Amino acid sequence: MTTTTVPADSVGIVEEKTFTFAEDEPFCLESGATLAPVTITYETYGRLNEDRSNAILVCHALSGSAHAAGYHSADDPKPGWWEDSIGPGKALDTDRYFVICSSVIGSCYGSTGPMDVNPATGKPYGLHFPVVTIGDMVRAQVRLIDHLGIDQLLCVVGGSMGGMQVLEWAAHHPERIKAAIPLATTAQHSPMLIAFSEVGRQAIYADPNWNNGDYYENGKRPDAGLAVARMVGHITYLSEESMQQKFGRRLQNMEQYGYEFETEFQVESYLKYNGNNFTRRFDANSYLYVTKAMDYFDLAQPTGVLAAAFLNSLDVKFLVVSFTSDWLYPSYHSKNLVSALTAVGADVTYLDIKSSWGHDAFLLEVETMTHLMGDFLARLAREEGVELPEIGEIEEIGDWALAV
Amino acid sequence: MRKATEETTETGTPPGSRLPTRFEPSLNLTPPPLRPDLQAIAELVEDGSMALDLGCGNGELLEHLARVKHVKARGIELSETGMLACVRRGLSVRQGNLEEGLADYPDNSFDYVILAQTLPFLDDPAMILHEMLRVGRKAIVSFPNWGYWRCRLDLLLTGRIPLAPDLPQRWHDAPRWQAFTITDFGAYCHDIGIKINEQIYLANGKRIGVRKYKNLLATTAVFGLIKR
Repeated sequence: MTTTTVPADSVGIVEEKTFTFAEDEPFCLESGATLAPVTITYETYGRLNEDRSNAILVCHALSGSAHAAGYHSADDPKPGWWEDSIGPGKALDTDRYFVICSSVIGSCYGSTGPMDVNPATGKPYGLHFPVVTIGDMVRAQVRLIDHLGIDQLLCVVGGSMGGMQVLEWAAHHPERIKAAIPLATTAQHSPMLIAFSEVGRQAIYADPNWNNGDYYENGKRPDAGLAVARMVGHITYLSEESMQQKFGRRLQNMEQYGYEFETEFQVESYLKYNGNNFTRRFDANSYLYVTKAMDYFDLAQPTGVLAAAFLNSLDVKFLVVSFTSDWLYPSYHSKNLVSALTAVGADVTYLDIKSSWGHDAFLLEVETMTHLMGDFLARLAREEGVELPEIGEIEEIGDWALAV
Repeated sequence: MRKATEETTETGTPPGSRLPTRFEPSLNLTPPPLRPDLQAIAELVEDGSMALDLGCGNGELLEHLARVKHVKARGIELSETGMLACVRRGLSVRQGNLEEGLADYPDNSFDYVILAQTLPFLDDPAMILHEMLRVGRKAIVSFPNWGYWRCRLDLLLTGRIPLAPDLPQRWHDAPRWQAFTITDFGAYCHDIGIKINEQIYLANGKRIGVRKYKNLLATTAVFGLIKR
């Protein structure tokens, strides 16, 4: 095992925490089903200031988790998924802001999901886990923010499915946030997006090991199906141009065609590697639940008019960002969102960043994103009079909340 | 919670000790003087009003309006460089193309809609001017005057199309411009039902108090427009 030195601009070694609620009164879901109890795993970076006004909530995407930054141990080979943007001096500057990231419910990273034991049966939920929505995920986050004793978040930020959660916060909990940064996302999951979700789910259903979601106890997991789902996903996160740059038509470990059905092209090898890798860290049922949650996401409902969703969000400041080569969440989705926000008179800043990286650009265009988000947050902090956290002060938020 | 905070402190520099320059608001710097036509535009804007600047560039005018005149300032800008500069100034700006119009903005949602040094580059100036007066109570425009005596003389003596007094682009540079004079613009406004109710003339950055020979002596015009 190699020991990595934690870089100075990292938040360092971090620890995952858990919060459990709905032990007495069940948590009601949009579908009408209930869940009890509900556990959320989360991590925090930086310090909360005295009046608890410097908190930023980061929402993760489909396959993400609460581990957004830092390392879990000194020999942890990989930092959190948004290490580039969270840390001292970075876009979400942990010297200034208190950054929170939690795993969504339905996922497989510790927050309540289909892998967990159903208290009613004593067995893992599997497909007996109720279908959750983006709205449910966010209401669970609201409970976490309550628990942390934070009345109002300075900002909620996230890309892709994380961006949907950001928009859900802005539309349905606007009084709890001062600003929203939805990145590479949509206010309404399109038929094409639903189609890609469904291909992924069908790949899982078709794996005999899936067994209608009942596989946790027999030790045979639907890895083949989940890997194919991930491969499809990966294709949609790239662009033709980035694939051309990354792989071209280059062959993997061979000089000429083998005229056989082995992995020959580099792009095939890449997809296979990522597909297999994914099965080691993700759960097939969770993939079904989380993609389903995205498919249901449509802020234009129930009126059919997107602007109506933001009629109560006039005090929220928006920074909307899309990327020119993102064909999964094309720029016009963000433009429609910006039109709706403009129509209701919201304070919105919008940029379509020129990038060849496809949907993944929101994680890869680090320099531009650092400027944009850093400057936007600095403006918020200035306008809202947010005090810096004091040096040496340690906030005992969890304990405080319990004491009250 | 507590554990993570402690560990954060151990690994990083003490919080607050490293404040990157990009977070320092430009508020504490003395701003460079505004471009003369922008200064003239700013004078036409009332304190505490709402203004939308079309093609706001690096946000120079909007920042001035927000800071000095306490204006609720918004902008539309096409270039990424301009956008990033505006966000750095703490402005609320949308990336967009003026040629697409201002369809998202409700009627009368601003006191002023501003268009500085952009008119010669528009394919459909009437559409933009009408949109400006739909979205704003007043429109303010500034534009270079090809009727300036030097331009006339240039054409006469060299036989070549003169550059606009304040624009560096040659006739073939992008974005392409269409030359017009103060007299042209006055007649055009009349034709399309727009009234010029405020006028400021500049010659090489200095205010000039002429009325009669403005088309000959002014390099730049700044007009306040209303619906007729």
